[in-house]
Amino acid sequence: MSEPGAPEPVYVRRFAPVEIGLHAALMVSFLGLSLTGLPLLMAQRPWASGVARLMGGYGVTGTLHRTFAVLMMATFAAHVGRILHRALVRKEAGLLWGPDSLVPQPRDLTEMLQHFRWFVGKGPRPRFGRFTYWEKFDYWAVFWGMGIIGGSGLLLWFPQFFARLLPGWAFNVAFVIHGEEALLAMVFIFTVHFFNGHLRPEKFPMDTVIFTGRLPLAEVREERPAEYERMLQRGELPGVGAPAPTRRERVRGYVVGTLAVLLGLTMVVLTLYALARY
Amino acid sequence: VPQEPGHATPLNALCVALLALGVLLLARGADAAEKPSDADCLICHGEATATRADGRPLGRDLPRFKDSVHGQLGASCVDCHVDLASAELPHPEKLAPAQCASCHPAAIEQYARSVHAGRAVRKGATCTGCHGVHDILPVKDPASPAYHLNVAATCGRCHADTAMMGARAGIPAAFTASIHGQALSRRGLVVAPNCATCHGNHDVREPSDRESKVHRANVPATCGTCHAGIRREYDGSVHAAAVRKGEMGAVCSDCHSAHDIRATVPAWRLGVVKECGACHEESARTYRDGFHGQASTLGYTRVALCADCHGSHGILPKEDPRSRVSAENRVATCARCHPGANARFAAFDPHADPHDRTRSKPVYYTAKLMNLLLVGVFSFFAIHTALWFPRSWQMRRRQDRGGREKEPESKDGKGESA
Repeated sequence: MSEPGAPEPVYVRRFAPVEIGLHAALMVSFLGLSLTGLPLLMAQRPWASGVARLMGGYGVTGTLHRTFAVLMMATFAAHVGRILHRALVRKEAGLLWGPDSLVPQPRDLTEMLQHFRWFVGKGPRPRFGRFTYWEKFDYWAVFWGMGIIGGSGLLLWFPQFFARLLPGWAFNVAFVIHGEEALLAMVFIFTVHFFNGHLRPEKFPMDTVIFTGRLPLAEVREERPAEYERMLQRGELPGVGAPAPTRRERVRGYVVGTLAVLLGLTMVVLTLYALARY
Repeated sequence: VPQEPGHATPLNALCVALLALGVLLLARGADAAEKPSDADCLICHGEATATRADGRPLGRDLPRFKDSVHGQLGASCVDCHVDLASAELPHPEKLAPAQCASCHPAAIEQYARSVHAGRAVRKGATCTGCHGVHDILPVKDPASPAYHLNVAATCGRCHADTAMMGARAGIPAAFTASIHGQALSRRGLVVAPNCATCHGNHDVREPSDRESKVHRANVPATCGTCHAGIRREYDGSVHAAAVRKGEMGAVCSDCHSAHDIRATVPAWRLGVVKECGACHEESARTYRDGFHGQASTLGYTRVALCADCHGSHGILPKEDPRSRVSAENRVATCARCHPGANARFAAFDPHADPHDRTRSKPVYYTAKLMNLLLVGVFSFFAIHTALWFPRSWQMRRRQDRGGREKEPESKDGKGESA
């Protein structure tokens, strides 16, 4: 967005490469699970068997679903392992509380209420920090979703094993939960997360920070003033900056992100169309 | 009575009448003695160029009469065309129908009570319509239209005609494509059933007729004439018991269809769920909403269909200890596909209904809770997004106008061209 002749914008790092990788793995597995699970959930819709056939038939679709499930569980395990390592081994301060933590805190509630007031023009925009309340909601929704969907999915994958421990109705409950929670996750990610992250006018058509890991300092100053101040106080500015993402990196972010958004939106349209017909 | 003056008494009149009758009888006797021979008939009908008044040829199949079953037996024209035995030649164009009954009384008696009698006569389902006319052949002769392998085509001459049969005109094509039709037409099996095997031949009746071989109550016996082993199995089933009591109960054709009967290959078996569901609506719905139903709806065949758990021909209610889904047999039934299934595994309800609290409380409340969660989350974010959107739109316009360097609050509108 820089004008010709203007100085190159200063970039700061928001996500570590490993976090970019985890998001990418999550994105691929989530889209894959959605694409392979949706036909089963919406089996009675006319497009369902067509989509399943497109992926190589029901058997292949099921195998792909379990493959993506393994990828997602591995991603989840890697993430939790990394958090535990950071918290217990490296004893990182501020991981579980404070401005760098994703744990919901009182200020998130305050900021949310302030945000609503700003929506209706009754107050200033909240001075968001490193993580906003909707970003924390996204994080915990996915965290909870992976536990719930993954757990119920394992039950349905290995029923003979779990029948040694659980009553028969647990599989009925797992079946209901797996489908409903998956529906919640898909519609949430493909509408709310896409809007908050990429499709709302300020970010449209794509916020590439999750792909490049870096964002312009100006954006931090404007959208996350509390974080900007912390950087100033820590003396990180103006000396510390990250190299600007190359054009290639930005284009890759746009292409990958846009493809994911389009795929997700297609699925959410099919889902909402199917739900409207029930 | 002749009227002569002075003789007009009742006695005279009677004498004259008796005399006239005698003359008439004598005349008839003389005529009978001179009934036309086949050679007489062929004076006109033997000419290939001979035509009717309207130009249509006369009896094209007459030359084949001598090879017909009747010709071989030495029958003559007037044996069937009995009204010509006494007619003056050349006879009037319109003749009385040939009298098959004089030699084939049993067949005609059956035919007279059939659906074809009366209704279909003018359309062609008469003796000659199916058996041929002058060229009539024994049914055993492969050239006869009534030969076992030719019956379907013969019936199809009328029954495939949309003008005559309307929506039912598709039946012959469906039969031809069926396993029975293919056995006849492609494999040439004379043991495979044709139309007449199930419907009867001379005595074809409406399916609604209690006497019909294809009346619901008679279908198992009709199919069972060939499929005797299946019939024995079926006779012990809950369906057969219901049919015997005159209640609703599936017969062969409800699951297998009447004409379009297919080999029970996996793809066909998928479709049977629909047939079961025609009566067992609720069970079909709860099955469709469950995992087995979803997978089979997608076309996966290696998943439990109705018959895999409940059985097929010998199906029994779950209260019957011999039933495959009885408490005694359920684990073994699950284990057929899920080796290692135990009693808890088998307690899974394949027909769970999230809308039915009495069926399963955990499932009902889980579904309720999940719905609440979905409604809650999406209601909140619908409002959140709806309120945010116009504000975000404003921010974007400011960004585009003044670039990121501008203060968000500035409204000076400078830098439009940036």
